[in-house]
Amino acid sequence: MGPLHIRVSHPLRVFRLEIALDVGAETVALVGPSGAGKTTFLRAVAGLVRPEHGSVAIDGEVWLDTKTGVSLPPERRSVGLVFQEYALFPHLTVAENVAYGGRARAAELLERFGLAPLAQLHPGELSGGERQRVALARALARDPRVLLLDEPLAALDTQTRAELKAELGERLRELGLPTLLVTHDYDDAAALADRIGVLVEGQIVQLGTAAELVAAPASPFVAEFTGVNFLRGAAVPGFDGLTEIRLADGSTVYSTDPGSGQVGVVVVPWEITLARSAPAGSARNHLTGLIRALTPVGNRVRVSVGPVTAEITAASAEQLELRPGEQVVATFKAAGTRLVPLAPDAPP
Amino acid sequence: MTRLGSVLLAIVVAIALAFLLLPLLALFLRVPPGTLVGQLGSGAALDAILVSLKTSLLAHAIILGIGTPVAWVLGTRSFPGRRIAIAAIELPLVLPPAVAGIALLAAFGRRGLLGGTLEGFGISLPFTQAAVIVAIVFVASPFYVRQAIAAFASLDRTLIDASRTLGAGPLRTFRRIGLPLAAGALGAGSSLAFARGLGEFGATIIFAGSFRGETQTAPLAIYAQLDLDFDTAVALGALLIIVSVAVLAAVNLIPAWARSTSVFPIPFASSASR
Repeated sequence: MGPLHIRVSHPLRVFRLEIALDVGAETVALVGPSGAGKTTFLRAVAGLVRPEHGSVAIDGEVWLDTKTGVSLPPERRSVGLVFQEYALFPHLTVAENVAYGGRARAAELLERFGLAPLAQLHPGELSGGERQRVALARALARDPRVLLLDEPLAALDTQTRAELKAELGERLRELGLPTLLVTHDYDDAAALADRIGVLVEGQIVQLGTAAELVAAPASPFVAEFTGVNFLRGAAVPGFDGLTEIRLADGSTVYSTDPGSGQVGVVVVPWEITLARSAPAGSARNHLTGLIRALTPVGNRVRVSVGPVTAEITAASAEQLELRPGEQVVATFKAAGTRLVPLAPDAPP
Repeated sequence: MTRLGSVLLAIVVAIALAFLLLPLLALFLRVPPGTLVGQLGSGAALDAILVSLKTSLLAHAIILGIGTPVAWVLGTRSFPGRRIAIAAIELPLVLPPAVAGIALLAAFGRRGLLGGTLEGFGISLPFTQAAVIVAIVFVASPFYVRQAIAAFASLDRTLIDASRTLGAGPLRTFRRIGLPLAAGALGAGSSLAFARGLGEFGATIIFAGSFRGETQTAPLAIYAQLDLDFDTAVALGALLIIVSVAVLAAVNLIPAWARSTSVFPIPFASSASR
């Protein structure tokens, strides 16, 4: 199956949606804050919104081409769209909802998605996770060539979300369809997608695998989204082949990466250790600061200290008796940092 | 609220209810059941009831048949002039019926705007049974269409979008999603419009006249009998109440019956409550 080819240019309230994307038999997630144009983009692919300029095609079949005036209505585009709140038809049973998209595959999909026992229930009687399965089965009943998912996990509570994330990821891999999903949650994108595009004000600022985005975020915004630390500073070559980076607050950080001029220093939170005083050891970087916030994440705690965030085990946080406002030292190795060159006039 | 306040409130409610129900009660008290049945045998009353039923039902079919798709378009699409179109549809609501009647004459009367054109086709509308139907459609349709527009406009748009992305064209989406989800509100509007149509008086008498067996509907017959025989007029009034209640019940039962016998039953409760 050929790739899904999308070019969209469409004015939104304060900026333009400008996206060029080709999706093969893979899952691509567009991740960005709400209002970045994610839903509009999906709707444009599905045919629910007609963009000002653009084209959508798959396998040489043109769904949209504003140059030639082609714009197929949604019912003639072979897409399956899973809506954010699932948009199940409240007056139809589970079986009828799934069969709405196509009768031929309905029974098989009900069986495959474990929905057969729920077939005669109405959507109002289902749990959030069950609704999501119905929505996905319904979207697939049409045997679409493209699958679109709008915040597929947002309508679920935290626990169901964790359970369903793995299940949904598995399903998407099995299907092997060109799949586009949009979400505001980077972790969801990382769990479900092969490639992730970070969408800011209508534009994809970076597109890559989750590992690529974490290793070399193109901007502080991308870094913030992926959850890694991104420190801006001026780099000069230092001793022992290390690069010395002077941060805005006057402190200095060392990196084994070469670099000069304006750079971003990337450190993943789990490479940072915390102590009451600077430990003697091989690590070169010590940043002293006050604890700004403590955020539990499962069995770990994210601790914001000065300009960085460290992720340590809940047990360590307990042992160190960390409290907001207290002074601690964040330590990380020069070898644990990546340098990303920044344009001199790059936005903060 | 104080005890005195509650008592006063209860008295106000009782007076209001009495005011509304007393005239109806008086009507039925005035006519012994025997007379009521006897009136059915009297020619004038029977003719009037039959004319009323025939014209009201035909007019209602026209209102539902044309009003529903129009309401769907106005309720679910946005286009320039939409608000003006809705205002035009609602206009007869605020028009005095007598004005509606004279306006219909001015449009379709023999010397009216389209009178000559219609005559060219051998059609003469005023003072025919067709004119009764036209008058009822003109006066009663806003009661249904207005409600239907509101019902369609309040549908969850994403359900309509979902239907389209699942391969259903606009027509199938309307039939399988729009209609069933709006059914409760459409039924209510339909009942109102039918009741208004059955009671139509002013526009009908001016545009269609009051010819027994042809254009004399039950309300017109009541007016005609008033001078001749007050008791007959009262009996006709009581009959009209009974007929309208019966027809309303039937009109509301038909959709429920259709639902219960369809291949894919749509539970009434769930569609009405959403």
